[in-house]
Amino acid sequence: MIIEAEQLSRNFTVAEAGEGRGWNRLRRRSRTIHAVRDVSFTVERGEAVGYIGANGAGKSTTIKMLTGILVPSSGRVTVCGLQPVPQRQALARKIGVVFGQRSQLWWDLPLQDSFPILGAMHRQPESRWRPRFSELSEQMGLGPFLTSPVRQLSLGQRMRGEVAAALLHRPELVILDEPTIGLDMISKESLRRFLDFERREHGTTLLLTTHDMSDVQRLCQRILVVDDGVIAFDGPLTGLSEVAEARRTMVIDFVAPLDGAGLVLPPGAEHLGAEAEGIRHRIAFDPRLLSAAALLAAVSTSAEVADLSLHEPDIEDLVRQLYTSAR
Amino acid sequence: MNAYWELTKSSFRRHSTYRLAAVSGAFTNSVFGLIRASLLLSAISTAGGSIGGYSAVEAATYVWLGQALLTPLGLFGSAEIAERVKSGDIAVDLTRSVNLTASYWAQDLGRAAFDVLPRGLPPLVIGAIVTGLSLPTTAGPYALGFISIIAAMTLNFLGFFIINLLAFWVVEIRGYWMLYLVLMNLLSGFLVPVSWFPQWMLDFARATPFPSMLQTPVDILAGRTDVVESLALVGTQLLWLAVLLTGAHLMVRFGSRKLVVQGG
Repeated sequence: MIIEAEQLSRNFTVAEAGEGRGWNRLRRRSRTIHAVRDVSFTVERGEAVGYIGANGAGKSTTIKMLTGILVPSSGRVTVCGLQPVPQRQALARKIGVVFGQRSQLWWDLPLQDSFPILGAMHRQPESRWRPRFSELSEQMGLGPFLTSPVRQLSLGQRMRGEVAAALLHRPELVILDEPTIGLDMISKESLRRFLDFERREHGTTLLLTTHDMSDVQRLCQRILVVDDGVIAFDGPLTGLSEVAEARRTMVIDFVAPLDGAGLVLPPGAEHLGAEAEGIRHRIAFDPRLLSAAALLAAVSTSAEVADLSLHEPDIEDLVRQLYTSAR
Repeated sequence: MNAYWELTKSSFRRHSTYRLAAVSGAFTNSVFGLIRASLLLSAISTAGGSIGGYSAVEAATYVWLGQALLTPLGLFGSAEIAERVKSGDIAVDLTRSVNLTASYWAQDLGRAAFDVLPRGLPPLVIGAIVTGLSLPTTAGPYALGFISIIAAMTLNFLGFFIINLLAFWVVEIRGYWMLYLVLMNLLSGFLVPVSWFPQWMLDFARATPFPSMLQTPVDILAGRTDVVESLALVGTQLLWLAVLLTGAHLMVRFGSRKLVVQGG
């Protein structure tokens, strides 16, 4: 077992401005927030686990406790056989961490200059980290921007650099906090492909938090869903059949106003409503029964389509659905 | 050890990319040197040739050495760590497999090493031309001066590091920062030599690490102290080093336990 969390909890005390007027406003009250409550789970070596939940659900708090930068309020946690907080430096040599919104690279140095420092920090001789660096650089296509200062890289380029930096020392476990946030489709896909390859090739354990369901579908066999600080679902990806039930929504603008009743809809589709005096219509459909293309073709027979957009179910809805189905 | 050496080298390179900043900094240092030297020299000539054991050329040497060492010794400090605590980026530093204090010191050493030439040399050259310098002619003071400079640079680093670490406990460190700067500017002997202070203030200054941060290396390099005095001064520096290092170590230890990393 590479991660073992037992009854892990973390509370925060938040000071709030007092209510009312005058002096009352200066009277501060404190409130306790239970960011993570009695969370227990284990992760086996070589697993790829998606840790998902809405904003403020407790994902990042858990990650911080796993990496040893936040002391749990109660409970026990072991990562790679070490206790994260007291053995933080030793743990850092066994794991790789990517914080999607922070950088571990040296901002004003060329990208390639970060790697000798990281290699030395992990106490690896050049003969060990250099070949690995070449391998990562090739797989992630870092070549064209290795000599550019990190501050001049695009987000997609920097993220590839960040992931290479986290994997340089061949960690047993890689923890990624929102690795694809803000990336375009192509960058997301190449990052996922690389992480998947890394896990298959080297047996690296992956734990990632994300807002993007496609990350989970492409990378993880197992998901942990956290909601309001507790684990709402822990199971294999096939348990996500409920998620697949979550309907997509197609928003169609017609050339001329149209009465919703006049639309011919195939089975699996449902008319949700019309806006803009009948120009814009919202149609929900079940992707297992009906493809977007088939729906569009069917709708096009009733009227001329001017524009359309597709909306994926958001993670809050998915979590709610998983939560109710798990009970 | 290797990791800290890499950090020192990388920091030297990082600072060397800002050449224009170094040039304008050297210009500022030199202009302020001229102002300070002319003030002190006019005071000395009014007083009749010397004040507190400083002749005109000795006072000028004190000013120019101070101006030259100002930046390399890091008397301006940096609020980088406090900012990283505030933004939550300190999380990245804490997930690295190196000691926090040592890694930041190594980077400051690289910065200091870079600053020596572009920031240290110009004020000395200008001083030598404009007022003349009174420097020792034996190697001893320079050798001890070098050790004293490393110690003073480390003390300055630790002083500001400790102020930065207060960010673990308070949201805004600006007040502490200002108080520290005022005390340090005065008591380090940056404005006037410490030996010019009235006795009570001299006693107070000597009970703090501040004179070890600037006055000591300036005095040793100017040859104002003999070997025994110089060794005693370096000993005092090392003593303060042990005190501040212990303080910083405890603050990192307890502060990082208390830390709530801000942001997602």
